[in-house]
Amino acid sequence: MFASAFDGIKNLLIGLGVTFKNMTTEPETFQYPEVKRDMPSRYRGRHFLNRDENGLEKCVGCSLCSINCPVGCIHVVAAENTEENRVSPGERYAAVYEINILRCIYCGYCEEACPVDAVVLRDHYELADYDRDTFVLQKDDLLKYPEPNQFRVNYLGNTSKV
Amino acid sequence: MIDWVFDFISDNAGIIIGCIKAVVVAIVLLQCVPFLVWLERRLMGRFQVRLGPNRVGPFGLIQPIADSIKLLFKESIITNSADKFLFHLAPAIVVFTAIVSFSAIPFGEPVTIFGQTFGLWVANLDIGLLFVFAVSSMGIYGMVLGGLASNNKYSLMGGLRSAAQMISYELTLGLSALGVIVMTGSLNLSDMVKAQETIPNIIIQPLGFLLFFIAGVAETNRAPFDLPEAEQELVAGFHTEYSGMKFAMFFMGEYINMITMSALVTLLFLGGWNSYGLPLFPILAFAGKVFFLLCVFIWLRSTFPRIRYDRLMTFGWKVLLPLSLLNLLFYGFIKAL
Repeated sequence: MFASAFDGIKNLLIGLGVTFKNMTTEPETFQYPEVKRDMPSRYRGRHFLNRDENGLEKCVGCSLCSINCPVGCIHVVAAENTEENRVSPGERYAAVYEINILRCIYCGYCEEACPVDAVVLRDHYELADYDRDTFVLQKDDLLKYPEPNQFRVNYLGNTSKV
Repeated sequence: MIDWVFDFISDNAGIIIGCIKAVVVAIVLLQCVPFLVWLERRLMGRFQVRLGPNRVGPFGLIQPIADSIKLLFKESIITNSADKFLFHLAPAIVVFTAIVSFSAIPFGEPVTIFGQTFGLWVANLDIGLLFVFAVSSMGIYGMVLGGLASNNKYSLMGGLRSAAQMISYELTLGLSALGVIVMTGSLNLSDMVKAQETIPNIIIQPLGFLLFFIAGVAETNRAPFDLPEAEQELVAGFHTEYSGMKFAMFFMGEYINMITMSALVTLLFLGGWNSYGLPLFPILAFAGKVFFLLCVFIWLRSTFPRIRYDRLMTFGWKVLLPLSLLNLLFYGFIKAL
């Protein structure tokens, strides 16, 4: 009985020691609006459409992303490229490319299915907005690559990922 | 006219000074509550490797003021089936008894200002310790009545638990304090401090200190003995149905009880305002010890999980009570020799 009581008291003191050690260590808190987390390099955040080295859209309008999407949040309408109006290097391009990011589950299947690496998910995670219409991303929203999370800009100096 | 005023003051100087002292102590005590809430939230945060509130004001110091403004403006909801009178009375009892029980606590030697000697206490009672115990146990009526009047099963169970817990641990509290009373031969709290001028009681009676402190944590319904408000089982225990300022009053009562209990431990076991060679003002030594004990309260809360109800009873009756009886017998024996 005394041995178990002694053991219990010892364990209580160990517990107190653990919390005391916690107090002396630096808090793990991110001061969120000022300091933003550097997300893991394979984090699946907001979608973007890539351009190739000539400035043409990579997307060839094959709709594989749309077919693969488990929730059906991608809508693609393809159109033919012409000599005067060349949008993508392939035969066709996406005339309409919409992603409903309210419905999206960020599984990344579209990125995996894409044969030309056009659609990608990057580490933008601040997706809240006041207007519901802004959540259906149009092609020009997706082609713009806005400044990523400020943490990368301020602390790493590297905003582009290949 | 002026003469009459001066005559009145000189005739009733004792009463007027007493009233002023009572008001000052009550106000200071109530001002300690927001600070203590802030301290608890900050310190708990640090114990859990996070920051705690740091947005409102420097170091989040204005946070408790923001909280209390929020609580003041909140709607005070009273359920239809509640007993209105007792429902209103319960939080008042809790705060009232908490403040009154602090009135018997001295926090320094008498000081002389303008040729007049002031004791740094509201009332230096010869039965000081008994008074504190008596009044602070009255506070349990607030919790029981609050649980009863809410007409809610969780509240009632919280109230019952707090009553059972109080009965079990009050015994240990009193018996472990008796060890000190036996050695000092007085119930007067400032006499007890005088008796510890050379050596504090914690060195003479370490077991008594431990028992008193554990029972004190249980008396103030603090974690790991916060069964009356066990969130996981009882929603919020006896104050489930309370909202707004009445809820805040329960909180105030709890924190003032914490201060009172820390002050009692300081007076009984840590030598009160004796600073043992350290160059400190007596009142600062006292405040520092109380502050340290409050930090220990918070430290305990952030470390230990809540005790199960039957274990609480077993621990109180089968472990703490026999130990405190043995403690009392031992020091009674020493005193008799």
